[in-house]
Amino acid sequence: MSDLQSLYQTIILEHSKFRHGAVELAPLAEAVALGAVDGLRLAESHQINTTCGDEITLRVALSAASDELSEADSAVAELVWAGEGCSISQASASILTDTLLGLGTIEARALLENFREMLRSRGKIEPDEEILGDAAAFGGVSRYPARVKCAMLPWVAFEAALIEAESR
Amino acid sequence: MTNIDIERIRNDFPVLHQLVNGHPLTYLDSGATSQNPISVLEAEQEYYEQRNAAVHRGAHTLAVEATEAFEAARETVAAFVGAETDEIVWTSNATEAINLLSYSFSNASLGLGGPAARRFSLGAGDEIVVTEMEHHANLIPWQQLALRTGATLRFIPVHDDGTLDLLAAADVVGPRTRLLAFTHGSNVTGTINPVAELVALARKVGALVVLDACQTVPHLPVDVKALDVDFAVFSGHKMLGPTGIGALYGKGELLGDMPPFLTGGSMITTVDMHTAEFLAPPQRFEAGTQRISQAIALAAAVDYLRETGMSRVEAWEAQLGQRLVAGLAEIPGVRLLGPGAGVERLGLAAVEVAGVHAHDVGQYLDDAGIAVRVGHHCAQPLHRRLGVTASTRASTYLYNTTDEVDLFLATLAEVAPFFGASAGTNTGVNR
Repeated sequence: MSDLQSLYQTIILEHSKFRHGAVELAPLAEAVALGAVDGLRLAESHQINTTCGDEITLRVALSAASDELSEADSAVAELVWAGEGCSISQASASILTDTLLGLGTIEARALLENFREMLRSRGKIEPDEEILGDAAAFGGVSRYPARVKCAMLPWVAFEAALIEAESR
Repeated sequence: MTNIDIERIRNDFPVLHQLVNGHPLTYLDSGATSQNPISVLEAEQEYYEQRNAAVHRGAHTLAVEATEAFEAARETVAAFVGAETDEIVWTSNATEAINLLSYSFSNASLGLGGPAARRFSLGAGDEIVVTEMEHHANLIPWQQLALRTGATLRFIPVHDDGTLDLLAAADVVGPRTRLLAFTHGSNVTGTINPVAELVALARKVGALVVLDACQTVPHLPVDVKALDVDFAVFSGHKMLGPTGIGALYGKGELLGDMPPFLTGGSMITTVDMHTAEFLAPPQRFEAGTQRISQAIALAAAVDYLRETGMSRVEAWEAQLGQRLVAGLAEIPGVRLLGPGAGVERLGLAAVEVAGVHAHDVGQYLDDAGIAVRVGHHCAQPLHRRLGVTASTRASTYLYNTTDEVDLFLATLAEVAPFFGASAGTNTGVNR
């Protein structure tokens, strides 16, 4: 596989076109009110990559902790986003949606940390497919320091939205 | 010039002779920063090895030699743009030069500089005019000046092809206009603006003219007196010089009336605990220890350009520019920002590739050893006006060959197929 192909793996190029979770976002206040009916806590985060102007708004809805989950662990019940950017950032948001939707927040955070560590490793950490699933495809990005931000953008937005939702 | 001359020129630029990602470097990002010939690198090293000392202070031999070299550099750079030596103020870069003006005008607006400085004073009801194609460096300092003084910022819009709407300009520049700031050549579209026409509009209403000459001083003969602008700015690192040095040109009588921006050592005559008297320009605007090695190295860069001949540089780059736009027109799905073939332009071109983000375009080119700029090139309003968030820009200089332009065009033509055709097929991936 050439360097370029390892960066732009087919799965990344596909996700950059068929962007899972990409929607036109309704006003946040409306969504919050609607979610509250079902006991959901909603929050969103807007992130900009100042290098290129790429941006994403990612919205998370947390369900209340149920019996199956520990007290501290709610589940990511809904995950949608709107954004504009390069294929790496768009694919990353799409794969994030597939990967994190439905997970408990503890597991989601652990996965996020694993993803971040892998991306910051400059190619030194082999992505763990067992943990990361499709997100392991971003292993090639870690060898391109200039592109790490692109891949991280949606994950940073998720992290911020999660903290915000938990505080509600 | 021919490609044979260019090969000779290329031998003077060590950085160009390397492999990037396994390919010979094709450097097409001189609009952002240019490369340095050996003579410039040697000038800086020679200064540090032989003459390093603080200038305009101290009486020892090295201090005298350093001061002489520093002032000789000013003379060289001034002559290069047709200015008097004392009309060139050293700054860190063009951005700082514009900020110097903006803060100096602010200070004048606060009453500093006395009655003579009133001509620079702005307030409510006054207007500052820029254009929609400005680099952020020639926009934000004026936005901030407007905020500080209560003046209003207005702008001359651009047409769909990125050229200035001169009919609108005649309306926007009016009796309230105190200052007209615009770029000589666009760093995005490559358009060269009609300076004489714009200066005439400003003169009619008694407004000062600030010219951003960052993209022209390095690439074509520029004579600030012939252009009859009041101020002009340019950056050393875009004209074969080092980073950290730029210049402000100001008409002598204007600089003489301007209050300083940065204050401190080396810009005063007498100081007591409450007041200070300032030196005449250019020292008045050069507080603190200066960028000495950079100024000397910039003069070496100017010598290099002069010896090559700016008319020849201009003609060669015009050829590269026309080759770029003609080639781009042949590539499906590629949209050129700005006027097309046949129109006078700088040797640069920014494009949008349909369906492929600029970052991805740049990545594909970089993999082939081709360095271009991607993003908004510090011109967000212009990109928004042209309906794109980011673009890919190839910008040439005197060391680029026609082969390099052709390689860029051929590689760019591969981009859309790579990103389009790869999706859905299953090549090269184990998953």
